[in-house]
Amino acid sequence: MFQYIFKRLLLMIPTLIGAAILIFFVLRLIPGDVCELRLAGSGLYADPEQIKLCRDNLGLNDPILVQFWDFIFGFLTFDMGESMWTGRAITYEIGLRFQLSLQVAVMATLVAIFIAIPLGTISAVKQNTWIDYFVRAFSIAGIAMPSFWLGIIIILGLLISTQAMFGEPWMPPIQYVSPFEDLWANLSQLIWPAVATGYRYSAVATRMTRSALLEVLREDYIRTARAKGLVEKLIINRHALKNSLLPVVTVIGIEFAFLMGGLVVTEQVFNLNGLGKLFVESVLNQDFTLTQALVMVVVTVFVFTNFLVDICYAWLDPRIRYA
Amino acid sequence: MAVTTEAELEELATKASWYDKLKVFMRQQPLGAIGGGIVLLMVLMALFADFLAPYDPELNAFEFMLVAPSWEFILGTDQFGRDLLSRIVYGARTALFVGFTSAFIGSFIGLVLGVGSAYFGGKIDLIFQRVMDIFMAFPLIIMALAVVAIFGTGIQNVIIAITIPFIPRCARVVRSTALSIREIPYIDAARALGYSHIRIILRHMVPNVMAPFLIMITAFVGQAILLEASLSYLGLGVQEPTPAWGLMLQGGAEEYAESAPWVAVWPGVAISLAVFGFNLFGDAIRDVLDPRLRSQ
Repeated sequence: MFQYIFKRLLLMIPTLIGAAILIFFVLRLIPGDVCELRLAGSGLYADPEQIKLCRDNLGLNDPILVQFWDFIFGFLTFDMGESMWTGRAITYEIGLRFQLSLQVAVMATLVAIFIAIPLGTISAVKQNTWIDYFVRAFSIAGIAMPSFWLGIIIILGLLISTQAMFGEPWMPPIQYVSPFEDLWANLSQLIWPAVATGYRYSAVATRMTRSALLEVLREDYIRTARAKGLVEKLIINRHALKNSLLPVVTVIGIEFAFLMGGLVVTEQVFNLNGLGKLFVESVLNQDFTLTQALVMVVVTVFVFTNFLVDICYAWLDPRIRYA
Repeated sequence: MAVTTEAELEELATKASWYDKLKVFMRQQPLGAIGGGIVLLMVLMALFADFLAPYDPELNAFEFMLVAPSWEFILGTDQFGRDLLSRIVYGARTALFVGFTSAFIGSFIGLVLGVGSAYFGGKIDLIFQRVMDIFMAFPLIIMALAVVAIFGTGIQNVIIAITIPFIPRCARVVRSTALSIREIPYIDAARALGYSHIRIILRHMVPNVMAPFLIMITAFVGQAILLEASLSYLGLGVQEPTPAWGLMLQGGAEEYAESAPWVAVWPGVAISLAVFGFNLFGDAIRDVLDPRLRSQ
């Protein structure tokens, strides 16, 4: 087992280095840079001296390999330099928003699990009935609906329903409150984006639960359980579901990537000051240092999640290790 | 869903008229047929946008700002007085153009790379796999946003941004199929006859990986439409005044959500319906072309 973990861990290194090379050099292909944009962006004449000074300050005039080394070394030591736009340390900018994004991500995952497992189970047990068709349509709709639109509709629904019930419209609070300060205010703000992202996230997991459970239900030991007269509810809950959750766990882990993508847009809708919003702003401002740092953070999280999924899988199913 | 019986398969094989095939398809894949219907509707809408749209989609009419749905403006107007129905009809053109172009280019490049990698094997295949691993480490939208950061916004760059992340995803699936085809003796026979690598790849291997390739394309079109809408919504995709569904939701759809909900509702319905249609259709295509994948 340790050998497997070690091997898998080593495999991550070339991927991460490759991703770093890719993002770093490709971002350097952009014509124009942040200095031109910042100084000449307003349409005014930009002094070449000033542009040179700005580039010197940001290290843009250093040899490209030196810049690359700074980038890698900085990433490893959690000192990713300063944002080219705000001038504040990138670690600070990310740290400011990390908690919020992480919380929404975890909540969305929970929402997805709470939707996917019961629905997938019902759908499999009632295969080819109208319930099954409904659940499948519901989950395909989850993939089809853009999460930002779902967010807008949720806000709209909240406004209309609170208007109808209490006489005045209510919106989730805009100001972020830490859950340790005021849990209720925090949840009333973050539950909506979590639902909007989680529903979409649940779609694939629902279908996975359904098909995995259908497969297990055809196994011999299920027939044995039925033959000895066990109650159907026990067969499903105790015997079938447990064995079918393995691929579901994998899918939930892998879909984490979708979740991060989903956050980029949902944070925009709900006006949450999270990592996704920061990422979009960095792209809009051509803030390379920030963009490359954020891409690396996302890629690292993604690669690491995949690693964890693989380890979980090997731990749950010992056959994998020898493959 | 009806199970394919031997009789039905026989019927399909003997009577090869497309009308009969269509009937069998509709009977066996009712959801797929619905999806196909939606796709057809979208395509027709995009093709005949000039005849279907009641107004010019880019025409600002400040005397008609945020008009509620009525006989004059069936879906209402937006904050610039532009007719929503016309913008949605023309938006189908943008969505399908971006969707089809990026899905086709992305999966075609992926197809050639995937088959090539499997064909040459050895070190080339190994290096190629590592490079694909690196590309796959970027979540779809993150990669697309990074590409937008490089090339900038606008419809052409959006197509590039969506195409690039599709390439490794298609290449990987195609490669695994192509690996098994490479072991079949007729490829060796083709080599022995002195055919060039390119000829063997294009004429002998590519036609045999068509099933996964077609499945990838249909799946990609839906994803591409969704991705384009997301990018446009973020202000990093198609730019005003081009009618695009995602863009329609960006320009103040939230601001006017309460006073003019139609601005926020209809473009989203259009996006969801289009992606829904392509997904259902794609699933059905997959079931028909590759029964082995059915359980997934």
